Amino acid sequence: MSAPLLQARGLTKRYGARTACADVSFDLDPGEVLAIVGESGSGKSTLLSLIATELAPDSGHVAYRMRDGVIRDLAALSEAERRALMRTDWGFVRQDAAKGLRMAVSAGGNVGERLMGAGARHYGTIRGTALDWLAKVEIAADRVDDPPTRFSGGMRQRLQIARNLVTGPRLVLMDEPTSGLDVSVQARLLDLIRGLVAELGLAVIIVTHDLAVARLLSHRVMVMRAGRVIETGLTDQVLDDPAEPYTQLLVSSVLAA
Amino acid sequence: MTAETGYNFAYLDEGTKRMIRRAILKAIAIPGYQVPFASREMPMPYGWGTGGVQVTAAILGKSDVLKVIDQGSDDTTNAVSIRAFFARTAEVAVTTRTRDATVIQTRHRIPEAPLHASQVLVYQVPIPEPLRFLEPRETETRQLHALAEYGLMHVKLYEDIARHGHIATTYAYPVEVAGRYVMDPSPTPKFDNPKMDDCPALQLFGAGREKRIYAVPPYTRVRSLDFEDHPFRVQTFDRPCALCGAEGVYLDEVLLDDAGGRMFVCSDTDHCEERRADGPIGMEAAHA
Repeated sequence: MSAPLLQARGLTKRYGARTACADVSFDLDPGEVLAIVGESGSGKSTLLSLIATELAPDSGHVAYRMRDGVIRDLAALSEAERRALMRTDWGFVRQDAAKGLRMAVSAGGNVGERLMGAGARHYGTIRGTALDWLAKVEIAADRVDDPPTRFSGGMRQRLQIARNLVTGPRLVLMDEPTSGLDVSVQARLLDLIRGLVAELGLAVIIVTHDLAVARLLSHRVMVMRAGRVIETGLTDQVLDDPAEPYTQLLVSSVLAA
Repeated sequence: MTAETGYNFAYLDEGTKRMIRRAILKAIAIPGYQVPFASREMPMPYGWGTGGVQVTAAILGKSDVLKVIDQGSDDTTNAVSIRAFFARTAEVAVTTRTRDATVIQTRHRIPEAPLHASQVLVYQVPIPEPLRFLEPRETETRQLHALAEYGLMHVKLYEDIARHGHIATTYAYPVEVAGRYVMDPSPTPKFDNPKMDDCPALQLFGAGREKRIYAVPPYTRVRSLDFEDHPFRVQTFDRPCALCGAEGVYLDEVLLDDAGGRMFVCSDTDHCEERRADGPIGMEAAHA
């Protein structure tokens, strides 16, 4: 087994007296999909922000194996290195598409931004790549010049995915990518994500309150409650045979269709 | 023109002028970088050149000869009143002739006549931040400049081509200065961008409302941003100036009557007048 892609050790974040995230540690292997599940307020999103270096932890650290194989502490990266990593080797698909997209810029421009940020200066090539990616996420080529404000919720999420994947990242963070979408759109989006993740060998950390999403996409699950990881293991194992009473409660709360 | 009494030379007090000069020196030292300065209230509204006027006031000496242009013209309201302002508060000589001037304050044009090394061109700038309409957060744009992350600027040009088939930005066309900072050349037409490159004159930019000063030192590389397959091009005109017959200059459209009559004349009035005084005469003049 190769060295893990990402290592989180003892991540802790407090908001005043409240602890949002307490002593969370885990490893993520290349190509592995990890789901972080738990109810609202359990610290899932705080944990994701800590991993994405959008929040500084009170203690603990995150180490990442860079493309050159060197393992670096993310907190020790310079601002330029950190930003370059985030826009090339990482992706972040947000719950609210308006936060992950430039709403005033066309779909093609949204996808092309990372390429231009990486130094692409040939319009034809940028546009060609953008069209390829729109096709991969099932957005019609004739919508390439429309801004995301004219897109449906599901299309916006798919556009976010294309925008993030265009630079060939190795790790993608997803924060509730399917919430707020209706069920059939959710199913198609999950199908698309599953296909791309398998095809590209992406490592993914996906935060979700929806256990069905975790079951469909992830290899491993971490269950959080009140800022702590209370159970972790293979997805089928945790969801079919939960050990913790709280996890049993979560699993049994799912409505059967 | 009668001089005003009770004011310091060139209106601003010496302390303020020193503060502005320090900002100017810093701006020259870091070409294209926007230096914050403590912009003062000036006796004119924002948008009328308060930034340019403060820069001019800070660099003006008794022996300077001042020219002020607005859209290339020496005789529009803005140009006339700023020229009068300095004639009264600094009693400097004023001129409309580009080659005689030592300080040229401009709004929206660079003179057609080549500038020389003993001249300073002062631009009035409304919005100094080239990334502003793409990234509204000032904290973020500063970060982008600091890290030279200018991919976003190309997103704007990409959008132009996607929408119009060519780069449709015709003024305030972004430039890269000395291979480092991306700068807004103020709302000059992109026609004037090539004149900024390797220019012998010092170019200073003052934004009064936004409290920023930036500069292009003499003989500095100024490159207009573009794509490899959509290279930077200036506007071309399919006819010469109707008054002086000049070609390859920037033209203004002038409406002549209510019946759609119009003619195209030099936007740089001094350039046009000098050419007419020297001989060449345009088509309209020949028919008259």
